[in-house]
Amino acid sequence: MTALLEVRGLTVGYGGAPVLRDVDLDVPAGSIVALVGANGAGKTTLLRTLSALVPATHGTVRLAGRDLAAVSVEDRVRSGLAHVPEGRGVVAELTVDENLRLGGLWRGADRREAIAEVYALFEPLARRRNHAGHQLSGGERQMLALGRALVARPTVLLLDEPSLGLAPRVVAQIMGVLRGLADRTGLTVLLAEQNVVGALSVADHGVVLGLGEVVASRPAHELAADERLRHAYLGF
Amino acid sequence: MDRLVFLLGTGLARGAVLALFALALVLIWRGARVINFAQGAMAVVSTYVAFEVTALTGSYWLGLLAALVSGGVLGFAVERGVMRFASPRSPLSGVILAIGLVMVLQSALGIAFGPDYRPMRVPFDDSAVLVGGVPLLSPYDLFVLVTAVVVMVVLAVLFRWTSLGLQMRAAAFAPEVSRLLGVRVSRTVTLGWVLSSVVGSLAALLLVPTSLGLNPHATDSLFVLGFTVAVVGGLDSPVGALVGGVVVGVAMSLVTGYLGAGLVPIAVLGLLVLVLLLRPAGLFAAAAARHA
Repeated sequence: MTALLEVRGLTVGYGGAPVLRDVDLDVPAGSIVALVGANGAGKTTLLRTLSALVPATHGTVRLAGRDLAAVSVEDRVRSGLAHVPEGRGVVAELTVDENLRLGGLWRGADRREAIAEVYALFEPLARRRNHAGHQLSGGERQMLALGRALVARPTVLLLDEPSLGLAPRVVAQIMGVLRGLADRTGLTVLLAEQNVVGALSVADHGVVLGLGEVVASRPAHELAADERLRHAYLGF
Repeated sequence: MDRLVFLLGTGLARGAVLALFALALVLIWRGARVINFAQGAMAVVSTYVAFEVTALTGSYWLGLLAALVSGGVLGFAVERGVMRFASPRSPLSGVILAIGLVMVLQSALGIAFGPDYRPMRVPFDDSAVLVGGVPLLSPYDLFVLVTAVVVMVVLAVLFRWTSLGLQMRAAAFAPEVSRLLGVRVSRTVTLGWVLSSVVGSLAALLLVPTSLGLNPHATDSLFVLGFTVAVVGGLDSPVGALVGGVVVGVAMSLVTGYLGAGLVPIAVLGLLVLVLLLRPAGLFAAAAARHA
């Protein structure tokens, strides 16, 4: 299957110290790829580099065949690359409705329709549409961050640690929504997670990062079953 | 009673100007997390532009227009040419640059125009109108009030109901997240400086003609009072600037009328200390975030 998001030889460093080394990664259209690994493995840095928040030292990133080297953070979003950062990134001072409007600022007339779809997908948000972001629970904030990214109707969604600090029931709900979207709408997701079991349970493919390098890239069910990898890199 | 009504009216007009100036400080603080100590000096440059244009054309309104345009241009130039180079790692960096800018601008004005106070004309009569024998607002006070209210309504509409305003608010509160949503934060910050500088220029132009007149330091006290208002209201809050302006303006007027003008600085300082003791983040500071 052709990769919608294609990463080749990506190397990133902070102040000379390499954080990612020669990373290759393919995210096929309509699939969920789980990016797993221990804390400090480089998952967040990889996602931040893909959305251009962190500059790459070497390597290429292609979205639907287009080289993104000269494309700014803001224009990558317009190209279809949505990034939900770690810590959810809800604008706490804005209401739920304003956060969602922000997600589709540069979209045309279909913005209202996209927002209505998000409210249908996450009913708690519909009930709290006039509440400020800081009044929401952790789970509601995660729904809002995810919903806001969906309003932009992205071709690829980069999702960083969506389960962080959430109750297992909420995590299961969010993972279920992601799987449903990928199946129903063909949404492509790169999901960085420390919750390895949860991530691999909904993913088609898994990539294990260890100290900034790809140490395994296989179908998700194979990774989950590989006892040696699980013990060495995934901690379960 | 007549005296109280008169003092409340004039206090309201003075408070509206303070609120406008405080709003200019709040706009910058929200957009760039910098207290613009150069706001007063920038505003006095625009007021000189208004003075010169009015002197050349004989039209107050052309002078007003020139002040607003020059305020916007100066705001753009200061953000792109100076403040953009402030280190984001040091909160003092922007403050020191702003203070340096005050010295540069006021020295340049002093060299160009000298230290003398120049009287400025107002477009309407500034003596109080008697209604039923009670002295109320002057036509100029009314003009100041209406202007301030119109500017505040326009800004409220801009920030609350337009896409641009939403982007500016988001960029101010969460710049990185906003970039990830496609907001061009660099542009919204510049626009914030332009808007702030225009509003600050307007406040100075409304106030200077009713004070001693125009000189390079004519807005020094306006800055101190506007800063007090912004802190009393809560630096993040435009509504706080509005309410703080009215509270400080009316308090100043009442203290002047009943206790004497000499006590005004002490009263304002006392109010500032009281608010900082009771609500350190200001009267209209944002509510604390819920812990998930």
